[in-house]
Amino acid sequence: MTSREEQVLERIDRARRRKARVREEHITMAHGAGGRATQTLIEAVFLDAFRNPLLEPLEDGAVIQVPAFTAPGGACARLAFTTDSYVVSPLFFPGGDIGDLAVNGTVNDLAVCGARPLYLSAGFVLEEGFPVEDLRRVAASMARAAAAAGVAIVTGDTKVVQRGKADGCYVTTAGVGLLDRDTRLGVARARPGDAVLVSGPIGEHGVTIMLARGELDIEADVTSDTAPLNGLITALLQATGAVRCLRDATRGGVATILNEIARASDVAVVVDEDAVPVRPDVRGACELLGIDPLYVACEGRVVVVVAGEAAEEALAALRGHPLGAGAAIIGRVAADPPSLVLLRTAFGGTRIVDVLVGDPLPRIC
Amino acid sequence: MMRFVDEYRDADKARALSAAIAGLCEPGRTYTFMEVCGGHTHTIYKHGLEDHLPESVTLVHGPGCPVCVIPMGRVDDAIHIAERPGVIMTSFGDMTRVPGGRGSFLDAAARGADIRMVYSPLDALKIARSNPDRQVVFMAIGFETTTPSTAVTVLRAAAEGLRNFSVMCNHVMIIPAITAILDSPGLRLDGFVGPGHVSTVIGCRPYEFVARDYGRPLVVAGFEPLDILQAIHMLLLQIAEGRSEVENQYARVVPWAGNPRALRAVDEVMEPRPRFEWRGLGSIPRSALRIREKYAAYDAERRFDVPGGRVADPKACQCGEVLKGALKPWECKVFGTACTPETPIGTCMVSSEGACAAYYNFGRFSRRRVREASREAPREAPR
Ligand code: SF4
Repeated sequence: MTSREEQVLERIDRARRRKARVREEHITMAHGAGGRATQTLIEAVFLDAFRNPLLEPLEDGAVIQVPAFTAPGGACARLAFTTDSYVVSPLFFPGGDIGDLAVNGTVNDLAVCGARPLYLSAGFVLEEGFPVEDLRRVAASMARAAAAAGVAIVTGDTKVVQRGKADGCYVTTAGVGLLDRDTRLGVARARPGDAVLVSGPIGEHGVTIMLARGELDIEADVTSDTAPLNGLITALLQATGAVRCLRDATRGGVATILNEIARASDVAVVVDEDAVPVRPDVRGACELLGIDPLYVACEGRVVVVVAGEAAEEALAALRGHPLGAGAAIIGRVAADPPSLVLLRTAFGGTRIVDVLVGDPLPRIC
Repeated sequence: MMRFVDEYRDADKARALSAAIAGLCEPGRTYTFMEVCGGHTHTIYKHGLEDHLPESVTLVHGPGCPVCVIPMGRVDDAIHIAERPGVIMTSFGDMTRVPGGRGSFLDAAARGADIRMVYSPLDALKIARSNPDRQVVFMAIGFETTTPSTAVTVLRAAAEGLRNFSVMCNHVMIIPAITAILDSPGLRLDGFVGPGHVSTVIGCRPYEFVARDYGRPLVVAGFEPLDILQAIHMLLLQIAEGRSEVENQYARVVPWAGNPRALRAVDEVMEPRPRFEWRGLGSIPRSALRIREKYAAYDAERRFDVPGGRVADPKACQCGEVLKGALKPWECKVFGTACTPETPIGTCMVSSEGACAAYYNFGRFSRRRVREASREAPREAPR
């Protein structure tokens, strides 16, 4: 590698650190895909407008100190608060539906803050003509998911829009939970030497949805991994105090989370391709579509960064829980090169794993 | 199927081939090979294949990326059609982000055009059947790999007598592109890694002139990283033995004579255009296909008159040099700063098969620093 090439790389690095700007005049689908376009939109529009210290870390939920209440032991109670909207097509898919997705997603966003999820709200936007029977199914599945996660849906809202103004049914949930432990978690806390784990095989939800749309002539035995992770995370946090960061790998997949960690902590994340668990059916479908499972959404998998010496302990804790049976250590945190995710490929080479701009696009030929 | 894939990604086999490749390189000599096909470029970067090559072997990336060679004018024409009332424009995912003079398909969609991503032209046909009151247009792009499926789709539409389906044909041919590169001044290539998928259709014979008239060896290769490594080994062997031939590394898929049935379907529906404007490469005679008069009803360019304007590539854009292999992606002045996958100026940054995008997404790191850093990081046990 010539030094001229290295100079170019440094120039690019500087360009990437500059403040994000939204150049588009209209929202495009890429803004919703969880990749760089989403990140830019959030930072340039929302963070700019709402800026405050609780929002700034852009975690899955905000952790709020509530002075009026004291937790057992006299410390200030810490409350986690989050919200998420769900627009999925089809509404019902193998392994789940928009209902359990909406409950599990918010439960998981609270759980990865280290909180015990307690109460959820549910807002519905319904399209004129949407079958009441389907709505009953969605509600029943939300109730089941809430019971499984040990949370209650305590408030809600319903709006109906004209036919064509929405796609069947959208659900928004918000949730609050309490932090029982004094754990400090965050994407900016990764340090060189830490280990990176995933709690199970990746990419199942995203591939299930792509196949359930029926646009692809691919048969595969895949179901969504949607599940509440609070039990698994509690088991992990009880087993070790050395967890630095937890994120559920939803939109944008594991690759996007790892990039957020590398960027926020100013470290390199080095992943071994061989060590990343992917079910054969998911891998096969991704292979055919020419997409990388690292970018495919999960709805029941958590990415864990833990101090290096606690890696085996954390792995055992995850594997000891039914939802973490397929957990694996997939890589390590290194000091250099900062802000990059590197993949040591099964083929014996090295490459980077970047954030995608928008959705991963299937290849042409 | 997965075993099939893993077999061609084995790191031990790669290391053995890598040693054999190093053994064939004459000390003090450098070798420059072009992989013609964007699929190869993608594989090379995605698997970190260059880590298995000695410093004296350089790979340059060729023009075989379907999205990369689409000129801005064609994008504008397609958007012009898409913005007509009642039209549904369909195309492959990659195409939706290619910038024209007035933005991309995604931008047109955000302004209100009905643009849908499909996985094959037959999907577009399905959309036409279920929307009889709308005009459905398929923006057809690609080399010989995808041309037969477009031709077959037109034949099927004709057989069904569909009246609301047409194709905007942008299919291009690989041989004129290779010739343009061989004829471009100042380029020193020692051989070619020939395209695999294209060759399943056209076979290996059309490349013979490369070896015969230009004295450059060409090895048609598959898309797994071991395929490419093996093709490089075969090229070096030819050079070491003083040969210049067309060889087929991908014989498990590519028949020497290609696929006559597919070629017949293409010939039935399409004919060469006198000239076609390529992004970055300029206008190349008889390098692309259009729909024959006989199937005029399915030709979007005839059905909707299109402005057909020529839009000059942006001044900063050096895609032509990159597509010809004359510049490495990072040598383009705007690479990675003004031109990124988010805000592509040139097409090579759009498609995952484009050299600039592949380098930006997979190869944009200092190998020196990584070598130093990875000494510390232990490898994780395979799952
Ligand atoms: S960096 Fe952009 S403008 Fe330059 S050659 Fe690559 S795609 Fe074209």
